[in-house]
Order: sequence, then structure tokens, then C-alpha cells
Amino acid sequence: MLKYTEDHEWISLDGDIATVGITDHAQDALGDIVFVELPDVGTAVTAGGDMATVESFKAASSVYAPLSGEIIEINDSLSDDPAQVNSEPLGAGWFVKIKLDDPSAADALMDEGAYKALIS
Amino acid sequence: MSEQTVLAKTPLHAFHLSEGAKMSGFAGYDMPLSYEQGAIAEHHLCRTSAAIFDVSHMGQIELCDGTGSAKAILAQLETIIPANLIDLKAGRQRYGLFLNENGGILDDLMVANYGTHVRLVVNAACVEQDMAWISGHLTEMSITRLHRALIALQGPAAGAAFAALIPASAKMNFMDASSFNWNGVEIEATRSGYTGEDGFEISCPDAVAEDLVKALSAHDNVGFAGLIARDSLRLEAGLCLYGQDMDSSTSIVAASLGWAVPKIRRTGGARMGGFIGADRTLAECDAGAEFCRIGAVAPKGVPPRAGTEIFTSEKADTAIGRISSGMPGPSVGQPVTMLTLPHDIAVSDTPLFADVRGKRILLSRADMPFFPHRFHR
Repeated sequence: MLKYTEDHEWISLDGDIATVGITDHAQDALGDIVFVELPDVGTAVTAGGDMATVESFKAASSVYAPLSGEIIEINDSLSDDPAQVNSEPLGAGWFVKIKLDDPSAADALMDEGAYKALIS
Repeated sequence: MSEQTVLAKTPLHAFHLSEGAKMSGFAGYDMPLSYEQGAIAEHHLCRTSAAIFDVSHMGQIELCDGTGSAKAILAQLETIIPANLIDLKAGRQRYGLFLNENGGILDDLMVANYGTHVRLVVNAACVEQDMAWISGHLTEMSITRLHRALIALQGPAAGAAFAALIPASAKMNFMDASSFNWNGVEIEATRSGYTGEDGFEISCPDAVAEDLVKALSAHDNVGFAGLIARDSLRLEAGLCLYGQDMDSSTSIVAASLGWAVPKIRRTGGARMGGFIGADRTLAECDAGAEFCRIGAVAPKGVPPRAGTEIFTSEKADTAIGRISSGMPGPSVGQPVTMLTLPHDIAVSDTPLFADVRGKRILLSRADMPFFPHRFHR
């Protein structure tokens, strides 16, 4: 089940590992994505802090860490094909995997219904 | 951004929404950023076929003195524009700039001679200031801001698409200006634009704007493009954007726009000076300016944006200039930027590094236009 942030990131939780990306709404608002700058594996991230940068054709935007933890994997395929974020934002266009400091913190994020209400 | 700001709408506003445009405020107008196909596809459409841009937010100003001739108007305009306007023939258009007393650029604009009157096209954000500037310096003429739509049709297919509606437009060459009758309505067109491609800017009454863009878009492979593609196209074409690449603190020579000042208005010319801002402009045309604007390309990947600072090494602490415009260049194949730098560094082979979020990216100086102009001459 996916959880969402007010900053338009999604997370998919598997034990204490969260896969993170940006939502379909976010990619649509950004338009053509031409570059994604991801953190190094091993980086500690803080909930709400800068985690990555998405360069759309028009401008650069920050992507924030939805929860605190350590980056354990990044989606290297985005360096060759950043447009996957446009075409499959919830799938092949994922950004990073985070080993969460506290997986229960995910409970506080929005479910799909709440997120849909936010963007409607 | 203030939620209270009420944005003006162009006559095509409802049409943009019906076409699925993403809209945003620009110079006080709610304008299309891009349509459903996306800005990169719109950029390529303009380079390979033709794209229609709503540029009705731009200021259209008509100058008329009732003599039935534009001669006296053009002569007066030479006191506030350092161009050769006295020799601008009827049916022709020319680029010009308004300068303040210090030679700083107040706006850049197009001047078209329609025989009996003159039309100016100025930047949207400057139109009120320009109206006041013109009114304060020109006399014995009516100065009217026209409330008409302005539609840019740009790209290699623009000539055929416009000729399908107005056969006589096929005779126009780059920078020609002409009036036509379309379905009983008077429209004016110049063969010009701001993408580096062949094309037209077409002025028409608000009431027929939607019919006109629909008729143009009925032509094969003609579609709509928004402000984002307009920005990437003009940047690849090496064309300045007022308020971004130059402003009232920038001189003509520092903006590398010296080509816009012809010999006849320069030191030793037959009509040397005689315009507001001439002292600094002529001195810098002769001796050069401290700064200049140049082009540079970045390696494929992260596109350095406007505002990015420039350093001469990976370690240098002090920025020596900044990027004024920067975007991916879809037709160039790598990011393109305009920089303002000290002249000595600009013309040397000193390395230039753009600092993007703490990473130093080595730029390569490149001649502008980055993508060749393809005007219909």
C-alpha cells in the first residue's frame, strides 16, 4: 500500500525499507523531466529535508525525504532515462530506497484517499 | 506569489484551457506554459514544422500623426531609439532599444513602418512604462496602446500555413510588415518572430483570434506551443529576454547588442548620437564595455539555470559572473546558457565553471546563435 506526503512524494513500505518516488500529479505538474540528481548510497536523510533534485525542462525542484533513515539504494537507470519519472512515476521511475530509522513513522503519512483529496 | 493578484486574460485564454494547456502567471497575464504534448515536443514541432504561440500579452503601440506619412514619427523615434529609422521603408520592420539617460536598457522592441503610421511591439512587463516614456518624449502624435491579439506562427512550415489563408503573404521576406484582409477583417503581419525560425507575428482583432489560430492549426503539422518552448527556442537562437538577460542596469554593449546600433548613429556617422543614452552607448561602441554577454554550453546532463554563479576554477571562492538564461537545448543536444562576464575573461580562454548546488560544471564557450537562424530572406 502506498503512502503519500504533502510534498507529492510516495513511499512503498516493505518491512523497514521504503521505496520512494514522486507522484503522478507531481510529474504532470513538472512536465518533461530531463535530469534527476540522487543522493549517494549511505547518505543519512531527515524527514522533510532535501533528498534529491528533479530538473524538468523548465526548472529545478527539490524532492524531500518523506521519512528519516539511510539511503541504501538509488535508481541508477534514471541517469540514462530520466523520462521514466514521467512515464512510470510509481514504477520504473522510483528514486531511492531508504532504510527507515522508525518504520512506524510511516503511519502518519497520508493514504491514497487523503492524498487524492489534497490534490483535487 | 500573491493569491490576490488578478491575472489578465488574452483573447485566447478559454481556447488554451480547452486545449489542455498548463497555465501560469507571466507579466500579469495568465499564459499557457505548455499543452498536453509537453514543452520539448512543442520545441521540436517549431523547429521541424510550425508552432502557434499566443503572444497577445505583448504591448502593441500605434503612433500616428495624421499626416498620412510615417516620416516625421520615425524621425522623432530616432531621439529615443539608436537605430536607423529615418531610412526604414514603408512595409519594413526593425529592432530597437529604449535607453535611459545612463545608457541602461529600458526595453527592446520592434518598430514597423506601415506607411501612414508606425507600430511598436514591446515587452509585456514594460508596456506601461514604455507608454509613459514615449508620451514624455514624442510630440504631436497620437500614441495608442492597441488591444488586439498577437499570434506568432513560427517554423519552417509557417510560410505555407499562412499563405494558405493569405496567399499574398508568400511575397513577404524577413522583417517585412504588411496589412491584409482576412474574411473581411484587417490583420497586420510581420515576417519575424523570436525563435530563430522563419515565421510571422500576426496582429488581429480579439474577436477573430480564435478563428485565426484554428484556421492556422488546420494546416498539416501545425500545433500550439507555450511559453516554455518559446523560452528554449529563443535561447537556442541566442536572443535576449528583457528582464532576464538585460535590464535598466545593462548597456547595449554590455548586453552584446552593439549590432543594433548602426554606423550612421555611431561616432563619425551622419546622424551620430542624438538619442537618450548616447554618451555611454557611443563611448562603449568605440572603446568596449566592462562586461559582455556570451554563450556557453554545458555537458549533457544537469542544465545550469539562470542565476547560477560562474567561477574560473573548481576551487575559486569568488564568482566572476552569472548565468542569465540557461535551459536544456533540445535542438542543440546539450544545455545552453547565456552568461554575463567581465569582458577580459569572456574573450580569454579562462575556464568557466557553473556552480550547480555545490558541483562545479565546466562550460564551453559557444558562438550564438547556438542553433542557426533560418529566416526567410
